[in-house]
Amino acid sequence: MTKPVTTQRVNTDTPLLHADGVSSIRGGRVLFAQLQFALYSGELWQISGANGAGKSTLLRMLAGLLQPSSGGVFFNGHKLAAYRNEFHQQLLYIGHKAAVKPELSALENVFWQRRLGGDKSAQLNDERDWDVLEQLGLLGLEEELTGRLSAGQQRRVALTRLWSSTAELWILDEPFTALDVDGIALLQQRFKQHLDNGGSIIMTSHQPLGLADLPLQQLTLAPLQQEAMSE
Amino acid sequence: MNSWQLWRSVLAKDLRIAARRRSDALNPLMFLLMVVTLFPLGIGPGPDILERIAPGIIWVAALLATLLGLDRLFKDDYNDGSLEQLCLLPEPLAYTLTAKVAAHWLLSGLPLVLLSPLLALLLNLPVDAWWALALSLLLGTPALSALGAIGAALTLQLQRGGSLVSLILLPLFIPLLIFATSAVENAGMGLDVHAQLAILAAISVLTVTLAPLAIAAAVRMSMN
Repeated sequence: MTKPVTTQRVNTDTPLLHADGVSSIRGGRVLFAQLQFALYSGELWQISGANGAGKSTLLRMLAGLLQPSSGGVFFNGHKLAAYRNEFHQQLLYIGHKAAVKPELSALENVFWQRRLGGDKSAQLNDERDWDVLEQLGLLGLEEELTGRLSAGQQRRVALTRLWSSTAELWILDEPFTALDVDGIALLQQRFKQHLDNGGSIIMTSHQPLGLADLPLQQLTLAPLQQEAMSE
Repeated sequence: MNSWQLWRSVLAKDLRIAARRRSDALNPLMFLLMVVTLFPLGIGPGPDILERIAPGIIWVAALLATLLGLDRLFKDDYNDGSLEQLCLLPEPLAYTLTAKVAAHWLLSGLPLVLLSPLLALLLNLPVDAWWALALSLLLGTPALSALGAIGAALTLQLQRGGSLVSLILLPLFIPLLIFATSAVENAGMGLDVHAQLAILAAISVLTVTLAPLAIAAAVRMSMN
């Protein structure tokens, strides 16, 4: 069965994001059923589970990309479908696919990420973008087409959004993929900053997080054996 | 940032990417030119017969050229994750996707209109019919892009959707073909063409307004 790890924390406020009895049935197989999940501001959740357990599916449901087979996802107590606009303004989702355009340079990618993120003051060659690229160790590569960069460097270009976005809730699918040790450390520092500012993070990762001083909460998706009764 | 600025950003990004991969936009146009030049070679260069079949040839070649580029319309964005980011924007998906359709039209429809005098010349179309050809392409190609985008969105999850897109779309293009070629023929004979052009414009307005809803629904379905 799916067993959410219960936490000691008692919070009577409305959770920032909660899933109420969501299930996923894909290709006649139940990935998870009747899952309860609640996330409050300032929390970091790591979702773990074997390959194919439905981690990415759950994240896509929480991000509003997928409709749950049953149950619903709520943002600040409102159903996602009815509250889409406000929700997406506060959401930053980075999936398996990095949404980095190989035809554009790193600087251009960052510019358009900002632009589509709703920042109308964004300029190409923005001072702020240079700062972000410097932090991520991409200086000197900013004019290079991202298609010519290594996988880890492309991942870093995608992750610049964590620095440029003002979203409150981050949903990250395997953010550490292809990153080196320094990159992982840098990202974890950024996580800490975000949580300290009252932001929240839901992520999947096979790596244990090295954030000893952060309240990390875990949700484990265990495989279900039963077959779906019918479609 | 208001919706209009966002719309322009989506459009500008697509155009910038297209500028980096010019062959994608140029290949369908080269294909069109080749097809149109093959006909005089195959049928014989008799001016009478060419003049008779020119409107049909040009429009059929235009339809096929449009289909060539459609496969890539959403595919790259789907594969690299940009499409799911568009789904996560606060603005309605149907609205933001029209920017992509507009970019497609600027890169495939508009060049057809600009090329049309050359095509008309190659097929010995009477000078009186040139403007009707250009106008029919100008009014008809937005509908090609909008309908084409539905097909492209529906086949996103398929590995090789190209031939299926053609099968879905070509029947839908038939009304356009009928009215467009009839307009060009009438113009060549000195007859009135307002009716045909008005119907073409109506088809375009209808598809450009309603297709985005279908495109958005198809893209959302592909997120599964």
